[in-house]
Amino acid sequence: MTATPLRLDEVHSYYGKSHILQGVTLTVGPGEVVTLLGRNGAGKTTTLKTVSGLVRAAAGRVRFLDADITGARAHAIARSGLALVPEDRGIFGLLTVEENLKIAVRKGSLWTMDDVYRHFPRLKERRRNGGAQLSGGEQQMLSIARALLNGPKLLMLDEPVEGLAPVVVDEIVAQIRDIRSSGIPILLVEQNLAVCTELADRHYILDLGRVVYEGSREEFIADAAVKDRYLGVGA
Amino acid sequence: MIYLFQLMNGIGLGMLYFLLAVGLSVIFGLLHFVNFAHGAFYLLGAYLCYALLQYGVGFWGALVLAAIIVAAIAAVVETGLLKRIYRLDHMYHIVATIGLALMIQEIVIIVWGPVGSSVPAPKALTGAIMLGHFIYPEYRLFVIGFTAVLAAILWWVLEGTRLGAVVRAGSESTDMVSLLGYDINRINTAVFALGAGLAGLAGALAAPIRGVDPFMGVEALAVAFVVVVIGGMGSYTGALIAGLLVGIVQSLMTTLWPAGASLAIYIAMVLVVLVMPRGLLGRA
Repeated sequence: MTATPLRLDEVHSYYGKSHILQGVTLTVGPGEVVTLLGRNGAGKTTTLKTVSGLVRAAAGRVRFLDADITGARAHAIARSGLALVPEDRGIFGLLTVEENLKIAVRKGSLWTMDDVYRHFPRLKERRRNGGAQLSGGEQQMLSIARALLNGPKLLMLDEPVEGLAPVVVDEIVAQIRDIRSSGIPILLVEQNLAVCTELADRHYILDLGRVVYEGSREEFIADAAVKDRYLGVGA
Repeated sequence: MIYLFQLMNGIGLGMLYFLLAVGLSVIFGLLHFVNFAHGAFYLLGAYLCYALLQYGVGFWGALVLAAIIVAAIAAVVETGLLKRIYRLDHMYHIVATIGLALMIQEIVIIVWGPVGSSVPAPKALTGAIMLGHFIYPEYRLFVIGFTAVLAAILWWVLEGTRLGAVVRAGSESTDMVSLLGYDINRINTAVFALGAGLAGLAGALAAPIRGVDPFMGVEALAVAFVVVVIGGMGSYTGALIAGLLVGIVQSLMTTLWPAGASLAIYIAMVLVVLVMPRGLLGRA
């Protein structure tokens, strides 16, 4: 039996004194793309940060490929193969595009620098530019490319198309689809419903730090009431 | 000719100031940590060099050992104490590191006494060359050459290696560096130890020029801050340019107006801060 890439059991976490996650339970299966939806402040980003070790889980368990990683430090979790592309993209502006990529290269990754440049030709064109000189879309590509070089066994993307022009959104969605077809499971936080329904196998909706809905792509598309109730985007 | 002579003196002094200040600057850039104990590491380097020479260790051995011992002590202090206070306000950094500096200074006085000593230059470099009518010691030429080579190596490490890229990246976002699988605590310790070791090396190199005394650390700290403020916090090139600038200004002023030599470097600092608040090459 293959290991479950990601399983959260009743995870609680705090920012200072505010209780953000109040018992989040979810799973990501092998090869699956799962989205985490919800209003601003529902706890989506905090869920990703808790899984990656940037925020400490106060209670509950996080298991990655059946290994308990609750409370492990962020660098150790990253090394075990869990990559987060954060909402702010985390591009190092003082480093060139190539340096941004180079520091992420890890032996054992399925992706090499050549693969990444082939997949993201725009990054190759701009490899001598500073990270701060890139457009939003290019920064997003760089952030995803960097995560791939890090050898992920699970990829978490936090609002990868936020604030991007429609034509760039299409490009990034196509790239995420390619990553999915390479077999890497993805946990995706996204506000753009069209992007979510296009990419994901399954959806969770978070509200006030709890999972309030779980459904397959088909169930979710058919259920206008849930969209209206939790996302405020009634069809 | 006297200006050429003082220019050479200034370059030698400036390279030592660079070595002293670059660690302070890089530590600030990565850790956002103001280290008032930096001068004490310089002091310790100078006294370790002095003591090792007394024990009969050769000059080159003493130079290298002094730097390594200072770096090792700094690594222990960083992991044992400073690491725990990074997340606190700057006020706590200042209190803790001033306390540390005073402890090191008092230990130096207990071990070696309150009176300074002179330190002999290595035998191979006791000669001098003539610059017109002026005698320029070979040891000072060596200091210029040695620190120039060191500056080039440091530049290569920071700009050309993966480690250097990670350090530069860490000065922007420690979280993102962790997310790429690097243990930021270990990088912090390594950078802190390297910076302190360079200050220790500057102290050891300066010992044959100016001798040793227990209060040289305080003086060095003031100069290091001036260099870092002029050059820009966190900037390697800024530290190099500002170190040379301060050294040369100080030397030339010694000829023009000896009493004002120290004052001149602070005036230079005030002027730079007024015109460019972030320093010559500082970033936000």
